[in-house]
Amino acid sequence: MTEIFGVPTQALFGQLLIGLINGSFYALLSLGLAVIFGLLNIINFTHGAQYMMGAFVAYLLANKAGVGYWWALAIVPVVVGATGIVIERLMLAKLYKLDHLYGLLLTFGLALIIQGLFRNEYGTSGLPYAMPSELSGGRNLGFMFLPNYRAWVIVASLAICIGTWFVIERTKLGSYLRAATENPALVQAFGINVPRMITLTYGFGVALAALAGVMAAPIYQVSPQMGADLIIVVFAVVVIGGMGSILGSILTGFGLGIIEGLTKVFYPEASNTVIFVIMAIVLMIKPAGLFGAQK
Amino acid sequence: MPKSQKIALAVMTAFFLLAPLVLYPVFLMKAMCFALFACAFNLLIGFGGLLSFGHAMFLGTAGYACAHAAKVWGFPPEFAILFGTAMAALLSFVTGLLAIRRQGIYFAMVTLALAQMIYFYYLQAPFTGGEDGIQAVPRGILFGVLNLSNVWAMYGMVFVIFMGGFLLVYRVIHSPFGQVLKAIRENEPRALSLGYDVNRYKLLAYAISGTLAGLAGATKALVFQLASLTDVHWSMSGEVVLMTLLGGLGTVFGPVVGAFIIITLETYLAQLGAWVTIVQGVIFVICVLTFRRGVVGELGNWLRKPL
Repeated sequence: MTEIFGVPTQALFGQLLIGLINGSFYALLSLGLAVIFGLLNIINFTHGAQYMMGAFVAYLLANKAGVGYWWALAIVPVVVGATGIVIERLMLAKLYKLDHLYGLLLTFGLALIIQGLFRNEYGTSGLPYAMPSELSGGRNLGFMFLPNYRAWVIVASLAICIGTWFVIERTKLGSYLRAATENPALVQAFGINVPRMITLTYGFGVALAALAGVMAAPIYQVSPQMGADLIIVVFAVVVIGGMGSILGSILTGFGLGIIEGLTKVFYPEASNTVIFVIMAIVLMIKPAGLFGAQK
Repeated sequence: MPKSQKIALAVMTAFFLLAPLVLYPVFLMKAMCFALFACAFNLLIGFGGLLSFGHAMFLGTAGYACAHAAKVWGFPPEFAILFGTAMAALLSFVTGLLAIRRQGIYFAMVTLALAQMIYFYYLQAPFTGGEDGIQAVPRGILFGVLNLSNVWAMYGMVFVIFMGGFLLVYRVIHSPFGQVLKAIRENEPRALSLGYDVNRYKLLAYAISGTLAGLAGATKALVFQLASLTDVHWSMSGEVVLMTLLGGLGTVFGPVVGAFIIITLETYLAQLGAWVTIVQGVIFVICVLTFRRGVVGELGNWLRKPL
């Protein structure tokens, strides 16, 4: 068997693939956090719970209504995004004039409620979600075996990330959004409904998390805790990348996923902590984050 | 100390002296440990304006260090607690150097991430006993005379530690150092322009807060004779935020009241399982939306007196 640095290539590429998959989810989730933070100045602690909700709604659609994966991809973000809009209108909207920390505390409380409710209903053990039949199986690339579904996740999340970047950086809607991030009062004076834009932005960020949840459902087990630890890693990813740039958070997400995968090959004991260690190093060298600007 | 606070202090002291006649001493000791933990946390958020979402790392680290020292090395309780607290002090200094490099929301995320790193370390490290934790920690004999397996001796020690920690926090808040800290909270650039070395003040506040949280954790390890992963988990960091928020951010007595309420809730709702988390979440949401001053803050506002 061929080896690189004393590691079988099969294992190396296998972990690299897992790293890329994890990186896809880091990128999707940190992208949503960054979009929400840009306009609302709130760190959405509920993001992990909303990702979990995405997976659960897909699971329930499949098991109660017989709605398959492809429809779930379209329906789930809308449903979960709508709950996000309700949360924004009823609660978050009351906090914009206060210290930003209250937004963090509120969303933390909401995450506890949502995760607790799901745990009451479905217990802590993971529920299986079937892979869509079109994407079962895989192909042999010669140096490794690539399951089709995993390839799809990487391609789809890249497409979503780039699509989001395009909308925000290259379209008229995106220019309104960026302008409102800079100076909401002035944009409102030009006749643009900023409060509605804020609401929709939050809904969009939540929908992104839910979409990530649907894509994650066939890979990881669907469980109430699936987002709780993930969101802390994503926070570290956000600190490393800085939330200033959309492309930055995408690159950081994928990059850190790959680094984590490589750590699993070469020094497995550190694979849980490597991202946090990188965060500590980045804080020492470049406190604003790799792509952030110090205010 | 204003008269209102003197009265409150007398009430609190009398309560913790007389309550064990009616309530379980172990429950009260738990409440005092968490009250001290919350007071330490409040020093940072209430007076320094820094929201740490990783304070469990100090509670847990000191707990593990104290339990290890008492059980494996056979330290007497006073040195075990001291050792645990010292480890928390060291950890708070090192993590503080990193965390104070970012402000506001980022500070919260950095502390949360650092605490998660510490959690994963303890999950794997051999001396923590993984999921089992360090069990059957001997309470030992305090100063070579007082046998702490007697519940009243233990209660007395926890009471003295709690009161000592509480008064220390009070002293720090009302010292010139505390005033500078408040100035930094209100307007950091202005404090900087007045010539204060802002980062040094923040680091010191963070280290004092972490050390006192460690003191609470080390004491707690002896009370329950257990050091476990629960105390390092992020949900514990969330819990101390909740206690302080419910009691009243930036009030002197709020964290004690908040800790007492939350510990009572947890004790009586324990059989409800996951509902505890939901109730905590609901309290969070209610506090943030309608009750931002907290119990003691509202009371002080109503009486128009500082509490």
